[in-house]
Formats: sequence, C-alpha cells, structure tokens
Amino acid sequence: MQIAFYIFSLLMIAGAVAAVSLRKPIHCALSLTVSLAAVAGHFVLLGAEFVGFAQILVYVGAVAVLMVFVVLLTRENTPGEGLGVGRWMIGAGVAAGVFGVLAACVLASKAVWNPGVQPEATARRIGEQLMSTYVLPMEALGLLLTAAAIGAVVVAMQDKKRI
Amino acid sequence: MTTTGMATIFLWAGLEQGLGRLVDLGLNQLPPAWRSWALVVVLASAMLGVFASLFALSTLLERKGLGRIQNRLGPNRVGPYGLFQPVADGIKMLTKEDIVPRGADGVVHFLAPIVLFAPLTMAFAVLPYGRHWVPLNLDAGLLFFFAAGSASELAAFMAGWSSRNKYSLLGGMRAIAQMISFEMPLVVASLSVVMISGTISLAAIVERQEAWLWVFPKWNVFTPWGLAGFALFIVAAMAETNRSPFDLPEGESEIIGGFMTEYSGFKYAVFFMGEYFGMFAVSGLAVTLFLGGWNAPLSFLPASFLWFFAKLMTLVLVFIWVRGTLPRVRADQLMNLAWKYLFPMSLLNLFNAGLWHYTAAWQMPGGLAVRWIVCFAVIAVPCMVLARTMMSRHQWAPRVYQYGN
Repeated sequence: MQIAFYIFSLLMIAGAVAAVSLRKPIHCALSLTVSLAAVAGHFVLLGAEFVGFAQILVYVGAVAVLMVFVVLLTRENTPGEGLGVGRWMIGAGVAAGVFGVLAACVLASKAVWNPGVQPEATARRIGEQLMSTYVLPMEALGLLLTAAAIGAVVVAMQDKKRI
Repeated sequence: MTTTGMATIFLWAGLEQGLGRLVDLGLNQLPPAWRSWALVVVLASAMLGVFASLFALSTLLERKGLGRIQNRLGPNRVGPYGLFQPVADGIKMLTKEDIVPRGADGVVHFLAPIVLFAPLTMAFAVLPYGRHWVPLNLDAGLLFFFAAGSASELAAFMAGWSSRNKYSLLGGMRAIAQMISFEMPLVVASLSVVMISGTISLAAIVERQEAWLWVFPKWNVFTPWGLAGFALFIVAAMAETNRSPFDLPEGESEIIGGFMTEYSGFKYAVFFMGEYFGMFAVSGLAVTLFLGGWNAPLSFLPASFLWFFAKLMTLVLVFIWVRGTLPRVRADQLMNLAWKYLFPMSLLNLFNAGLWHYTAAWQMPGGLAVRWIVCFAVIAVPCMVLARTMMSRHQWAPRVYQYGN
C-alpha cells in the first residue's frame, strides 16, 4: 500500500510538472492525463473505488479526448511565445486562489478530523445519496448538461443553413 | 445426451476444483507474506496465457471461417489444416523490422500500443469466469470494466496523431468518434441489467441469473428487456471493438490502415492483439451480463468456467460470421445508427426493464406469457416504427461538398 501510494504520487506530480513544462500542447494534454489517472489511483487506495473508476471514465475517457481534440483542431502544434512575468504572476495568483478554496473545503469536511472512521463510499451509498439528499443539485447538473448538449447541436447545425 | 457426454461434463467440473486445489497446494509451500503476491502473479499469467492462446486460436478460426464463407480454403500450409499458422505469424511479427517514420513523435508513437493493450488486459481481471474464479471481485466491477476500456480512445488518438500521416490521423479521428458514439448505447444497454440486478458487481450479476424454470435457465437474455439489451449490446460492442461491419477506423480501401498505418512488426501485432482482446473482453462482459456467466444451460448440468469460455467462443464465432456476411457501413450511416437508433432504443429498453420489474407483482390472466409478450411489444414496436421511418425518410440527393464547391 505504501509503495502504491508513492508510485501514484510520483506519477501525479511528474505528470503535472510535465503538463506545464513540455513544449507541445498535445504532450501537455497527455501528461495531464497521466496525472489525472494517478489521482484515480489515490481514490482507489483510499477505498473510494467508485469515485476512482468514475474519475478514470470521465477524465481519461472523455475530458482527455476532448482536450487533445481541441488542441488538434484549433491551432498548429508550434510552441507559442513564452509568457511575460506579469502573466506568470496572474497565473500563480489564480492557482494559489484555487488551492486555497479547495484546501478550505477539505479542512472544513468532517472526514479529515476523524481519520479512524473510513467513510463508506460504495456505489450503492452514493446512488442513494444522489437520489435522496442531493437530488436537486443532480437535477440541476442534468439540466445544465442537457442545455450544453443542445447548444452544441445548435452550433453544429448553423453551418448547414448558411449554404 | 449419452452417459459418456455426461461423464465428460462432470469430469470438467472436477477439473475446475482440481486446478483450484493445485494452486492452493503450490501457494501453501510459500511463506505467508508472499502468498497474496504469488497468487496475483499466478492469476495474471494464467489470464494472459489463456487469452493469448485464445487469440491465436481465433485468428486461425477467423481466417478459416472467412475462407469458408468466401468459398476458398484459408490458411492450409503450416501444419495439418494450417493449425500452426498462428505460430508462424507470431514468429513473423516478432522478427519483422520495426519502422518508425522520421517525422513521427517517437515517445507517443511508442506508447500508443501500450496504452491500448495494458488497460484491456486489466479489464479481464474483473470478469467472473467461474463461481470461485473471479480474479478481482470488485464491488464496482462493471464500472472498472468500462473505465479500463475508456483508455483505448486515447490510444487510438495517440497512434493517429503521432504517426504524422494524414491517413493515420483520419483513422484516429474516426476511431474516437465511433468509440464515443457507441459507448453510450453499450453502457445504457448494460444499465438495464444493473437496474434489474440491483448491483454493479459482476459476480453478483451472474449469481442473480442462477435460477431455473423447470430445467431451463433464467438468464437475462430470456427476458424481453434482456433480449433487446443483448442485441443492442452486441451491435454496440462490434462498433466499440472496431470489428467489421464497423471497421471504418482501419477501412483499408479508403485510408490504408487507419491509425495503424505507420505501425509495423511487433507494435502492429500488439494493436492486432488488442483488437481481439477487446473482442474477448466485451464478449466476456456480454456473457456475464446476459448469458448467465458460468451457469450451465440446463439445470442438471454442473456450473463451470468451461461454460463461460464456451459461451465466449460462441460469441466470437458470431462476430466472425457477421464479419464475413455484412459489408462495411459508411461513416454517416454509422453515426445515424448510433445516435438515432441504438441510443433511443437503449433508453427505451431501460424503461422496459422498469416495466418488467414492476409487472412482476401483477396478477394477470396468462401470467408470465402475457407479461413477456406485452414487454416485448413495448420494445419491438417502436424498434420497427423507428426503422421504417428512418428508411422511408431516406432520400437520394445530389451530393453537396460544403467546402469543395
């Protein structure tokens, strides 16, 4: 278990570092995928199998493919000019802000303060929660995704009308 | 059935226990700390060995079968009836020169076959082969299976993009579009089973199918929603594994070899093997979800892992048969099939599964038969109507090239 933790951590950090330091956008996207897959490994190690597999399914199966497609279809694979110091600072500020919010959320959760109790995260439990306590957020998300899908169809259809 | 046949079947069932005992005996010789690791090694090598041999067997079977369908002999030079042809092919693949195009992206080009192949072999780990033969009995086994399969899209892209070849890129694009489109009906068709079984553990799904109506099994495929789900699942699985008639990603008459164009030698062999492994994995899942897994087809026969493999090979034969029978579809037909036909049908099938579940308690004249016919009509009538509408709406029009005119 210890060894697995170190392997996944190493993969995660190495992938993230490669994602920001490599020159070709496609390489960056693929390295980011490695990092995301390693996060899934951490979820499984923590006993949250369902979350880990969903992470792989969503991030490796869908988001990564989306990223490489976007990179491929939008521009040439030439490395862009380096960012100025000001842009670096803004980027660092945004990253620190996001980290702060996430860290505050994690620290606010009950699970951190009583590590002896492992929360149950089986598929059945998650499903029951989604269908009872969190049914409204789930419906809202469903609506949002449907709207996005319809929007994508509309955007794709416009081309035909113009001819 | 003759008594010898019966005896053979019971001998097989004994073989299953015997193999288990043998593994136990071997493991007990080791220090306790090593046992779990040794078991992992034994299971992994057994699975790889079994499926690699099945791969060799089915390539031969496929070439022979296609030969028979196309009225020719198929391979018959190496060994009796060409039986050793896979060995010769393997040696050829291993000794061929590995050519990487100069413009190719070396690292990604090298990694693509691995990214395709390694997750596929992981998918084998969760399949329940026999009652006590589940290498990795996960609570979320079905999800693990789909998660492991989802990496193949990325692998197709990596292969297509890194080759720096327009045909490769086109093939990669086609592969991704096809896999994403057909993953939806595939997952939704399996969801009907999850709804009825109330679990996503694959071993538990097989155990739920362990019921008998007199001597006949109550597999999921013998219910209306199961029958429809099985049909949807198999069609989607054919597309998902890039099998003919959905082999557009490597359509050799249009784009040479698709994303495999620039691969040669052993890397090509890995892609080729990946295609077959994908077929085995998805057939194994179909057997698990719909065909009762390790359960025997008649109640008085013993359950055994051999039934699993027999069902799996039957499905593989069906795949080969379909490949020899149907011509390749066009890209637009492929997308229409996925989004306008299979996907609505699989959603309707979810409703049908719910209907089947809730009508179980109803008391009605005719009982099971009426319920069966009603539920079957719920899926069959819309299926026919949708198919007819799609056919009648089909019109021939002068072809317009949006950007070419």
